[in-house]
Order: sequence, then C-alpha cells, then structure tokens
Amino acid sequence: MKAKIEIAGVSKWFRRDGQEIIAMQETNLSIEQGRFVSIIGPSGCGKSTLFNIIAGLIPPSTGRVLADGEDIVGKTGYVGYMLQKDMLLPWRTILDNIILGMEIRGVPRKEAVARAQPLMDRYGLKGFGGHYPAELSGGMRQRAALLRTLLYDRDIILLDEPFGALDAQTRLTMQNWLLEIWEDFRKTVLFVTHDIDEAIYLSDDIYVFSGRPGRIISKISVDMPRPRHKEDTVSASFMELKAHLLDLLSGGGEEPAAHIS
Amino acid sequence: MESVQKKGYVIHKLEPAPIHSVKPEKMQKEPVIVDEEGARRRTQRIVGIGRLTVGLLIVLCWELFTRIGWMDSYYWSSPVRILSTTWTQVTQGTLLEDIAYTSSSTILGFIGGTLIGSLLGLSFWWSRRFAGISEPFLILLNAMPKLALAPVLVILLGIGFFSKVALAFAMTVVVAALSAHSGVQSVDKDMEKLMYSLGAKRHQVFTKVVIPWAMPWMISSLRINIALSLAGAIVGEFIASSHGIGRMVIYAGTILDINLVWVGVVVLSVLSMVMYAGVVLLEKWLSKGYGMKKA
Ligand SMILES: Nc1ncnc2c1ncn2[C@@H]1O[C@H](COP(=O)(O)OP(=O)(O)O)[C@@H](O)[C@H]1O
Ligand SMILES: [Mg+2]
Repeated sequence: MKAKIEIAGVSKWFRRDGQEIIAMQETNLSIEQGRFVSIIGPSGCGKSTLFNIIAGLIPPSTGRVLADGEDIVGKTGYVGYMLQKDMLLPWRTILDNIILGMEIRGVPRKEAVARAQPLMDRYGLKGFGGHYPAELSGGMRQRAALLRTLLYDRDIILLDEPFGALDAQTRLTMQNWLLEIWEDFRKTVLFVTHDIDEAIYLSDDIYVFSGRPGRIISKISVDMPRPRHKEDTVSASFMELKAHLLDLLSGGGEEPAAHIS
Repeated sequence: MESVQKKGYVIHKLEPAPIHSVKPEKMQKEPVIVDEEGARRRTQRIVGIGRLTVGLLIVLCWELFTRIGWMDSYYWSSPVRILSTTWTQVTQGTLLEDIAYTSSSTILGFIGGTLIGSLLGLSFWWSRRFAGISEPFLILLNAMPKLALAPVLVILLGIGFFSKVALAFAMTVVVAALSAHSGVQSVDKDMEKLMYSLGAKRHQVFTKVVIPWAMPWMISSLRINIALSLAGAIVGEFIASSHGIGRMVIYAGTILDINLVWVGVVVLSVLSMVMYAGVVLLEKWLSKGYGMKKA
C-alpha cells in the first residue's frame, strides 16, 4: 500500500545560548492511508517538534516530509493540527470557533454553518453552538477543537496530547468519541500521547520514541479487533503489551542529551 | 452484604446510616437556602444611602461652618455662593462656552491620542525589529513629564484651540501605545501557531486574533487617558488661552476672585465625572462589541 505520509531522514537541531542542541534524531516514518498511529515517548523527546515540522510550522534541519508523494516541508494548511490546549478563541462562540478554518479559507459563513451544524449535533455539541468556550467543560471544549480540525477537511490529522489535561473519566469518554469519529471519517490520524493505555486502546500502530534526543526505538502494531471496549483494557494481551511498552520507555528514558559544539 | 476478602484487596460492607440517633422531631423538614442575592441587594442599598448621606453631610458642614465662621468664607467660599456665582456665570458670563471649549479639546485629544497610540502599539506585532527599536523611546516618552512641554507647544502651535488638543493628545498617546503593546505581547504564541496551521495569512492572524486579544488592554487605558487628557487641556489653557475653564480659573486667581476659582474647580470636577461616566459607557459598548460579536 502506498504511504499517505512519509517522513524520511527528518531531524531537528535548535541553537540556544550559542550551543546546538539536537531535539530529534533522524526519524523515518511511513504511514498508510486511514491508519490510527500513536507516538509515545518521554516528554521532551521531540514529539511536538515532529508535529510542528509535519504541519509546516518549522522547517526540519535535515530530511523530507512527503504527503501523497508531494513535498510539504514548510507548507502550512496541508494537515489538520490540534494542540493539547483547546486554543478556542474566547470571544467567539463555539460555532464560530468551529468554522474558523473554513472562514480563513474564505468559505461563506452560511455554507460553513450548514456543514458544521450536523456534525455538532451528531458528535455531542448539540445546543452548544451559541455558548462561549468559558461556559463549557474541558471535554466539551476538546470536542469543539477537534471538530474544528475535522471541518478543516484535510486527510491527515495530527493530535498532540489532546486529552492530556482531562480527568481519567472524561478521557475515556473522549477516547471512545474519537474512535467513533475516526471510524466515520477514516482520516489518517497521528496521535501523540504519554499515556500507554491510551496508545494501545486507540491505535493500529504505535511508534515508541527514546528519551531526549528522540529516536524511534520500536514500532508495534496492535491487533486487537475493533470496535474496542473498556473490557479490552484489562485483557491479558493488553496487559502484556503494556508491560512491554513500559519496559521500552523506562529503558530508553535515561539517555543523556547529546551536545555538539 | 458481608465484607469480601479478595486476593489483593477487601470489599467492605457498608453500615446503614444510624438515623435513630437523631430524634425525628429535631430533624429539619425544610432545606436551608441562604438568600445571597437578597443580602447583596440590601448591601448595595445601604452603600448607596450611606454615600448620599456622607456627601450631603460634607456639603452641609461646609455651608454651616463658613456661616458660623469656623471656616473663613473668603478662602473656602460656600456651596450656596458657589452655586449662585455659577448661575450668574451661566446667564451673564461665558461659562457654557468655556465648558464646551474645554471639553471639546479634551475629547478630541483623547480620541486622537487613543486611536493613534493604539495603532502604534498594535503595529509592533508586525515587526519585532521595529518594536525593539521603538520600545526604549516609548518608555522614555512615558517617563517624561509632558506638561513641562506645554509652553513649547503653545509657542509652537499658537494660543488657540489646536495647542490644547495637542497637549491632550500628547498626554494620552504614549499610554495608549504602551497598553496596546502589552496586549500584543500577551498574545498566546500557540494561538498564532494554530491559525497558521489552519492556513491563515499574517493579516488574518492580525485581525482575527491579535486585535481582539489586545482589546482588553486597550480598553483598560481609556479611564486613565480621559483624566490625563483633561489635565493636558487645562494646563494648555493655564499657559495661554482666551477661552476655557482653565483660563477662567487662572483669571479668577489673578483678580483674587476666590469664589470664581471654586466655581471652576467644581465645574471641572463635574465635567471630569461626566466624561468618566461616558468612558465607562464606551468601555461597556466596546467590550460587548468584541465579547458577543457573531462574525
Ligand atoms: N524553539 C525551540 N528552541 C529551542 N529548543 C526547543 C524549541 N522547541 C523545542 N525545543 C527543545 O526540543 C526538545 C523537544 O521538545 P518537544 O518537541 O516540545 O518535546 P515533546 O513534545 O516530546 O515533549 C526539548 O528539549 C525542547 O526543549
Ligand atoms: Mg509536546
């Protein structure tokens, strides 16, 4: 199968206090159309940096990023990107936040609302369109942020720890909600998390990054059948994989940062 | 249900609540709901009445003490005399024109200074180099006592209306620019990142994120600026003018008509309060326009 996204030899160096610091070592990824792919790794290993590069917000120091075979280095607007914070504009209603991407592209408001409304009704935001972000719970705000990303209508969606700030209960609800959306839209999803359970529960493939500076140390495919259920998270195979991932992460977490002067 | 001993944990049996330890007649039937709203309203009313009483008391004492000679009525005038002098100034003098003169130079300077200052502050978002070069000069200008410049401005621009507007403008423009600049600096970088990831151009980030984000900062400078603007206009009239309340006060001082000085002070206080109230309304309107807008 042809790769939807291909990341070839991408690395990133930053210069700080006159020193060059490597944030991410050479990384190669190849992700197939419609997969749900998670990236886990200790904090500071360069996961967000990788996403910023894929989203075209910062250039890589080396390497190429291809989407559908096209070079997208430095090109914004090619993928949908959602950050950990919901980043809703507080002075806009939920509806106006959700259609922001379309508004920027110049879609007439009426058409944008007509497209947003059914999605809001279907995915748990019915009746919240006129509210302001401050009036909603964290989970609801993340729903709005994700719908905004979804309505931006790209084939590829990057989610950077989207549920990291939610409590365990809400997080579980949101995970199921996300899977439901993913099953309906079949986008290619790249999902960053530091929660091992979350990665296993959601993903087709898991890439494990080493500690700073990040480097892929393992790729694992999860064969658990879908749709997945809460009970699956206590099955023997789930536990086994979790133990394996814990092992990988604690082994790779102590590497010191490399410096080159 | 009995307690259950599992391999690694125990599930405890829950005891039923011991209701019989409280006698039924002692148990409360109605839930207690504290009427916080009513209490707040009562507090507000008492505060209102209290303010009115204190205000009246001050005026009354002022009148009384000047009459019985505890306060020298030559220096302190008295509320009744101030009122009657005000009335003669309105009917026979030029008090109304003076009020119009002073308030229009104040308001023009305020509007001009706020608009241009805010635009300057906002423009710093476009270029970090431009902002970096300008910042120390802005801080310097802010620290400089601009009222000391008044004679220069009057000599430069003449003793007419325009020099008063220019002084009011000079008083407000720097504060407005610094406020807008703080607003711009506080814009969440991730918010900009999100906008770019949605394919936004720079001007779209500016209009859709930066301006609304900096709005509360710009609004917060309005209240200070209206007072500064009035001070600028009055000092301009002190220096040299043929109209305005400031000129009236200076004139009254030179002919030792302390009564008339008091009229000026009272009129200026009222004017200042009215303009302050106007700015509060403007603030409300602006906050609403940006808080509830559906665009
Ligand atoms: N703009 C930057 N300048 C300098 N160093 C940076 C910058 N952005 C990220 N880094 C560094 O790169 C490393 C990876 O950061 P990040 O991608 O945010 O990690 P993660 O998302 O995995 O927690 C960190 O050590 C961080 O300090
Ligand atoms: Mg991160």
